[in-house]
Amino acid sequence: MISVHLILFLMFGAIALAGAINLLAQTHPINSALSLIAVMAALAGEYLLLGAEFVAAVQVIVYAGAVMVLFVFVIMLLNAGVEEHTQGSRVAILFGVPGTLLGSILIGWVVLRHSGTEAVAAGALPGAPTTIGPMLFHEFLLPFEITSILILIAIMGAVVLASKPPTAPPAALRKVN
Amino acid sequence: MVPLSYYLVLSGILFACGVTGFLIKRNIITIFMSIELMLNGVNLSFVAFAAHWHALAGQIFVFFVMVVAAAEAAVGLAIIIAVYRTRETLNVDRVNLLKL
Repeated sequence: MISVHLILFLMFGAIALAGAINLLAQTHPINSALSLIAVMAALAGEYLLLGAEFVAAVQVIVYAGAVMVLFVFVIMLLNAGVEEHTQGSRVAILFGVPGTLLGSILIGWVVLRHSGTEAVAAGALPGAPTTIGPMLFHEFLLPFEITSILILIAIMGAVVLASKPPTAPPAALRKVN
Repeated sequence: MVPLSYYLVLSGILFACGVTGFLIKRNIITIFMSIELMLNGVNLSFVAFAAHWHALAGQIFVFFVMVVAAAEAAVGLAIIIAVYRTRETLNVDRVNLLKL
């Protein structure tokens, strides 16, 4: 029986898959970034189907919004062009492609054969902010506070790394060698 | 009604696409985006398992993965800017020296 839930799952899944493959196929980073945004938006739809409203909202705001804007900003700042092709390793193709195929067939077989076949119902689990919030601030209070320190360190690290070095400029460094 | 295995297969394919992009891409920014794709694939499994086992903790873990990914993106892009400033290239094959 084909339900609306399954149709929506297949639709969002197809968008996510097409975006992921387009990310690999494109040679210009800005096209890859835009297809990654499509993947993230489609995944937000999948989260809504699973009843995770809060996660879906955060996915759109943080991932598709903030992180990808940062990516696009850096691509434009560095004026990244079409990537150049270099010769790959022949051993990697010789062993990598059959190995990957074998591994994915094995994993797919195990997942399809041994995981539960019970269906996941839409909205079976209340993932609204009213249920996530108390859990985040009671059971997971310590990890939550530690993450705030992590973000503070990340901010400082980003500022230090991206700021211009005050001493010798790169051109002078190259002349020494 | 969608079986759990469908979500896991989609998540696995997204993760595999991320791994492939990480290995075959030459642009450092695209490699970084492939890592984000892998994290997204893992997040989908987390949410699917949370719905399947009726354990809300899975969604909290997704929240933490997103926070770490955002921090990682900020630091990683700063490193990319620093690399571009010294090497003037984004091709990882040309970034093969620790010291200029």
